Amino acid sequence: MVNEKKEREPLIHLVKRDHLDAWKQWAIRLGAIAGSLLFICLLISIVLKGSPFKVVEFMFKGAFGTNLNVNIFFRDAAILLIISLAVTPAFKMRFWNIGAEGQVLISAYMSVLCMFYLGGKVSDTLLIFISLIASLSVGILWAVIPAIFKALWNTNETLFTLMMNYIALQIVLYSIKAWVPTSSGQLPPLTSGNLPQIAGGDYVLSIIVAIFITVFLFIYMRFSKHGYEVSVVGESQNTARYIGINVPKVIIRTLVLSGAMCAIAGFLIGAGIDHTVSIDTVGGRGFTAVLVSWLGQFNPLAIVLMSCVVVFLSKGTTRVMESFGIANAFFAEVATGICFLIIIICEFFIRYRVILKKSEKKVAHEDLELAAQGEDSSEQLTANENEDVRLLQKDEQNDDEEGRRI
Amino acid sequence: MTGAMLVQFIKSAMRLSATFLYGSTGETIIEKGGHLNLGIPGVMSVGAACGCIAEYYLVKSMGLSAPALLVLIPLLVTIFAGALMGLLYSFLTVTLRANQNVVGLAMTTFGVGLAGYLITKMQAQNFVIITRASRFFLNMFQVQSENWFVQIFLSHGVLVYLAIIVAIVAQIILSKTRVGLNLRAVGENPATADAVGINVTKYKYVSTCTGCAISAIGGFFCIIDYMGGNWEYILEGFGWLSIALVIFSMWRPVLSIPGSFIFGGLYILANYIEGTTFAQMEIINMLPYIVTVLVLIITSIFGKKSVQPPAALGTSYFREER
Repeated sequence: MVNEKKEREPLIHLVKRDHLDAWKQWAIRLGAIAGSLLFICLLISIVLKGSPFKVVEFMFKGAFGTNLNVNIFFRDAAILLIISLAVTPAFKMRFWNIGAEGQVLISAYMSVLCMFYLGGKVSDTLLIFISLIASLSVGILWAVIPAIFKALWNTNETLFTLMMNYIALQIVLYSIKAWVPTSSGQLPPLTSGNLPQIAGGDYVLSIIVAIFITVFLFIYMRFSKHGYEVSVVGESQNTARYIGINVPKVIIRTLVLSGAMCAIAGFLIGAGIDHTVSIDTVGGRGFTAVLVSWLGQFNPLAIVLMSCVVVFLSKGTTRVMESFGIANAFFAEVATGICFLIIIICEFFIRYRVILKKSEKKVAHEDLELAAQGEDSSEQLTANENEDVRLLQKDEQNDDEEGRRI
Repeated sequence: MTGAMLVQFIKSAMRLSATFLYGSTGETIIEKGGHLNLGIPGVMSVGAACGCIAEYYLVKSMGLSAPALLVLIPLLVTIFAGALMGLLYSFLTVTLRANQNVVGLAMTTFGVGLAGYLITKMQAQNFVIITRASRFFLNMFQVQSENWFVQIFLSHGVLVYLAIIVAIVAQIILSKTRVGLNLRAVGENPATADAVGINVTKYKYVSTCTGCAISAIGGFFCIIDYMGGNWEYILEGFGWLSIALVIFSMWRPVLSIPGSFIFGGLYILANYIEGTTFAQMEIINMLPYIVTVLVLIITSIFGKKSVQPPAALGTSYFREER
């Protein structure tokens, strides 16, 4: 007798989805966002032993409780949005620029540097203009150096941009220690060369700029030739070369744009909001922006939503922790991390279909159940019943075979 | 710089280098399996936090009577925590095939936050207990002598030697054994490896978890030995430098032994140059990053085939994709 080796079928079978309607994709994503927010609220209420409703209430209070909260919420969301939009064209091109942190920091630093040395010596209008030019040029420089090396010699841009972050950080540390030799180590806010305050606060300007950049980038990515070239290079550099796109040129040009947008964010922070600079000026927002951009699928409108969610989460959790009497600023980071991880997991279900392999026993069992149900509901159908079951089984088999073939 | 100071400098550099060495050895193993794990800073932080918490409860419950256990158990907890983070990373990137850069960054956010949360919750005064236990890590194999050779090579804590052993063993496994060959095949071309009958998923999981566990020891070492048991939020930067060191050492754990020594030396150099102001120190502290950038550029311009990253680095493998 031949010893037949029984082949074991894996329990779970993955199939790549060919196509999923856009609205379904976004429904899954929105569901994941809502789900992760709920999960985090539950987690907090378990950790802090408080009622989940109270937690949700404080979350909303932290983000939208007072007028000031609302203003700060939209200001921070606007800044995060600008940074996220800044990294988007680069990612679309598969250029992994994780140096937004440094690009924003060094531009904020540049604007403060101008304010520090030129403050009081030239008129404020001129000073703002000079700071803007200085921020833009340095921000672009910080982004374009890795881009040039990537374009010409394929230098690893992820690590290059990362190191540029730290170089920027050290420059800021150096300047603060040189400017403020006292032990406090903090540069007090500078008064000259500040951006004008619209409606009595620093938030309106950021929001206006953010809206402008969103619209600009949406049009740039979707309708311009440049945007098209960016997506072709991202899909396949070889294809891009075949159709006559100058790949190095596109890489460098896109990173100039990316750096310029980071520089605008930095300029807004330096000259418009903080009026000073420290190593926490950007506070990890450059890294968060990478995730926001990716989770928004490089779609400017979705990125608007994602950055609001992230800011809501961090403001909300901080407030919850405060109101429960726990001064632990790190929980906001944990919450953001969990939220990201959940959304990453949901992305899997958008791209793949999971087919559970039913064992034969189970299939047979289910058929019996079906048959029993048929008997219960209508006795007259008994004659057709067997055929039904056979058809069902056949369908199952077909499904299985299809699964295997794919 | 006087002779005594030079000896002190080399000694400190070697001590700090163990952090980078663990981190980069771990990351090398992960990258050889085709995964660029940007979550190393998070893994190191979580490992260190879990190790410290284990140490705290151990000392609190059994005092300082059993040094061997006080070293071993927190170390195992650290390894376990690191492997757990590795499991999370590999579940997301191997099974769910999520983008590796994004998962890595999310893990860094999550890990650094979690470590900070746990440590803040533990409160600073409790760290006194840990500082008392830290000497066991230091003087397990330490030889007391003023001789320069002994000072440089034999005066370290047990984890420094372990780092070098781990790096050498990792190198041997990667380049001399069948397991290493299979792992490299998975990292270079998973489809081919799969066709030969190598279980790609298993290799990726095991290499990622092992690598994360090793990196986690680096974080724990940094706090318990290098910092003497005092927590400071420096691990994130060390984690990024470890990832850079992988490129610096051209994916060879043995080369990262001198590499990590150079990084360690550059990192502490500012404290050993006389007459520098605090501001100037920050400029000198920029050196490790600039050196990394230069190495990146040089290896990419003049790089031979042998110093290139694994070919499939950063891409997910899906068998049914052609």
